[in-house]
Amino acid sequence: MTLTEAPATDPPSTVDSVGAGLAIQSDGLTKRFRGGQVAVDHVALRVPVGSVYGFLGPNGSGKTTTIRVLLGLIFPTEGAHRLLGEAFPDDAARVLPRVGALVEGPAFHPYLSGQANLARLDAADRSVDPRTARQRIGQALDRVGLAAAAGKRYRNYSLGMRQRLGIAAALLRPRDLLVLDEPTNGLDPQGTREVRHLIRQLGDEGVTVFVSSHLLSEVEQVCSHVGVMSVGRMVWQGSLTELAAQQQVRVHVATTSPAAAARVLTGLALGDVSTVDGGAHAVLGDTKPEHVVEALVAAGVGVREFTVERPSLEDVFVGLTGEGFDVSG
Amino acid sequence: MSLAEAPDRATVGRLTRPNIARSLRFVRSELGMVFRRRRNQALLGVLACIPILIAVAIKVSGGSGGGNGNGAALFGSITENGIFVAYSALFVVIPFFLPMAVSVVAGDSLSGEANTGTLRYLLAVPVGRSRLLAVKYAGILAWCIACSAVVAVVGVLIGLILFGGGDVTLLSGTSVSFASGLGRLTIVAAYVAANIAAVGAIGLFVSTLTEVPIAAMATTLGLTITSQVLDAVPQISAIHPWLLSHYWQQFIDILRDPMDLDKVGHGLLASATYALLFLSMAWARFNNKDVSS
Repeated sequence: MTLTEAPATDPPSTVDSVGAGLAIQSDGLTKRFRGGQVAVDHVALRVPVGSVYGFLGPNGSGKTTTIRVLLGLIFPTEGAHRLLGEAFPDDAARVLPRVGALVEGPAFHPYLSGQANLARLDAADRSVDPRTARQRIGQALDRVGLAAAAGKRYRNYSLGMRQRLGIAAALLRPRDLLVLDEPTNGLDPQGTREVRHLIRQLGDEGVTVFVSSHLLSEVEQVCSHVGVMSVGRMVWQGSLTELAAQQQVRVHVATTSPAAAARVLTGLALGDVSTVDGGAHAVLGDTKPEHVVEALVAAGVGVREFTVERPSLEDVFVGLTGEGFDVSG
Repeated sequence: MSLAEAPDRATVGRLTRPNIARSLRFVRSELGMVFRRRRNQALLGVLACIPILIAVAIKVSGGSGGGNGNGAALFGSITENGIFVAYSALFVVIPFFLPMAVSVVAGDSLSGEANTGTLRYLLAVPVGRSRLLAVKYAGILAWCIACSAVVAVVGVLIGLILFGGGDVTLLSGTSVSFASGLGRLTIVAAYVAANIAAVGAIGLFVSTLTEVPIAAMATTLGLTITSQVLDAVPQISAIHPWLLSHYWQQFIDILRDPMDLDKVGHGLLASATYALLFLSMAWARFNNKDVSS
C-alpha cells in the first residue's frame, strides 16, 4: 500500500504547527543514551487539545522514553517540548499539576494500602487543597473500581488492580492532559473495556488523552489521532480520518471468467487491475461498489462472489513499522 | 462519575504561591514513611535494647571491673548514678550502631523510591528535585534525632530504675544537680545527632547514585567504617581531626566542669563540612539525573 509518510520533522499541514491548540508539542526531541543508543530520534509530536491521541509502536520503539522526556524525568539530548503551551523544563512546576500520568506501569509502596499510597502522592502536591484530599482520593478509587480494595495493602493487589491504582493516581485531581503509558497492561478483557470506556469518557469531558500502546486494537476504537513510532522515529501522525482517507480499498471478484472481469474493471477506470486463478482484483478508488457489480453483470460476467476489502488499521501500521504490533504473539 | 462531581477547579486550586501548610504535608508524609516502617521501628527497638543491656550487665556483675580511658570512666560511674547508663550507651552506639541505623534510612531514601518506581511518580506530581532532596533530608534529620533520643531516654529510665538518680558527679569530680545532668545529656544527645546527620548526608548522596537500596546502605556504612579505620592509623594523625568520626566520642568533654568545648566544636565543624559537601554533591547529581527507574 502507499501511504504518505510524513517526515518526523515536518508534521502534517492540517495540524497547526505554531503551538496554538496543541496539548503536547515537541520539536526535534532526541534522547541519546550514554553508549550512543538513540532511543528517541527527532520526534515532533503534535497532539491537539481535546484529542485522544494513540501513541503507537512496537515494544522498544521509544514510546516510554519519549513519555519520560515529556514529563521531565529524562533530559533530552536535543530538542524541546511544551505541555499545554508551557515550555519544559522552565515551566514544568506550573504545568505538571494539570497533567496526570501513568508511566511504564504502576509503582507504589508495597506495604501501604492503595488509599495510603494515593494520600502520599496527594500530600506531595502543593497545588491541591488538603481539605478535599479524602474526597478526591475516594472518587479516584471509585472511578477505577477500587473502592472496595482501598484499604488493602498494595502488595496484595493483583496486576490488574495495580494498574487501576496507577490510573486512579492520574485522576487524583481534575486534569487537562492525561499521559497514559500502556494503561491496559495486565488487565483482563473486562478491565480493558472499562479503561477504554474511561478514556472515551475523559475525552468527552474535554481532557486531552495521550495513550500509548503496542496493541493498536486496544486504542483504535477510542482515538481521534494517532502517532506511530518505529525505532525511535515518528513514522506517521495525524487524525484517523486522514489515515482512513489514505487507505486503498480493493475489490475482489470471484468468477469463472477472470479475463472478462478484468476488462470490465479496467473499463471502469479502476486502478491496479490484475487477474488470478478464479478471479480479478482492483483498487476501487472513487467508484461505487454497486456500479462495479452492475457493470459486471451487464457485461455478462458470472459473478460468484464480490468482496470489498478495506485494509484494517492494523495492516496499515504493520506496513509502517515493519512488524506486527503484538510482538509477544 | 464526571468531572462536574469532582471538586471544582477553584477549590483544587492552581499553584500560585507555595503555601507553608501545603508544603508541610509532604514533610509529614515523609516522616510517616520513616517512622511507620516496620524495619525502622525494629531498628529503634534494637537501639533501645543497648542501654538496657548495659544496665543489666552492670547490675548483674555488681559493678566491679576496671579498665582505663573515657569509656571506663563513664561505665564506672553507672553504679553511682543511673544517668550514666545513658551517657555510656551513647558512647557505645556512636561508632557503629547509630551510623548503621542512619545508613539504612539515608541509603534507602532515594534509592528505595527509585527501586519501587515511586520516584518517577513523585517527580511527575510534580515534586521539584531540590524540594524532594530537602524533604528526604528532613526525614533523615528527624531519624537521627530519634535514634539518639531513644538511646538517651531509655538509658535514663533504665538507669533510674536499676541504680537511682540524685546529684551527678561529673568526670572532673564536681557535683551538679540531676536536672543539670539531664541538661548535659540533652546537649550530648544533640551533639550525637548532629554528628550522625553528616552520615545521613553521605547516605543521601550515595542514594542518588543507585537504584539498589542495600548497596547504598552498605556503601554509607562502609565509608564511616573507613573513617574509623583511618582514625586508628597513627602515621596519618595529621588528617585525623578532619576525619568524619574522629571527635564522635569527644562529647565526654561536655561532662566536665567547666565544659571543654574546643574539640566538640571542632567535631561539629567537621560534621557540618561533611554534611554540606555531600548535600551539595547530592543536589548536583540528582538535579541532572535521568530518572529511568
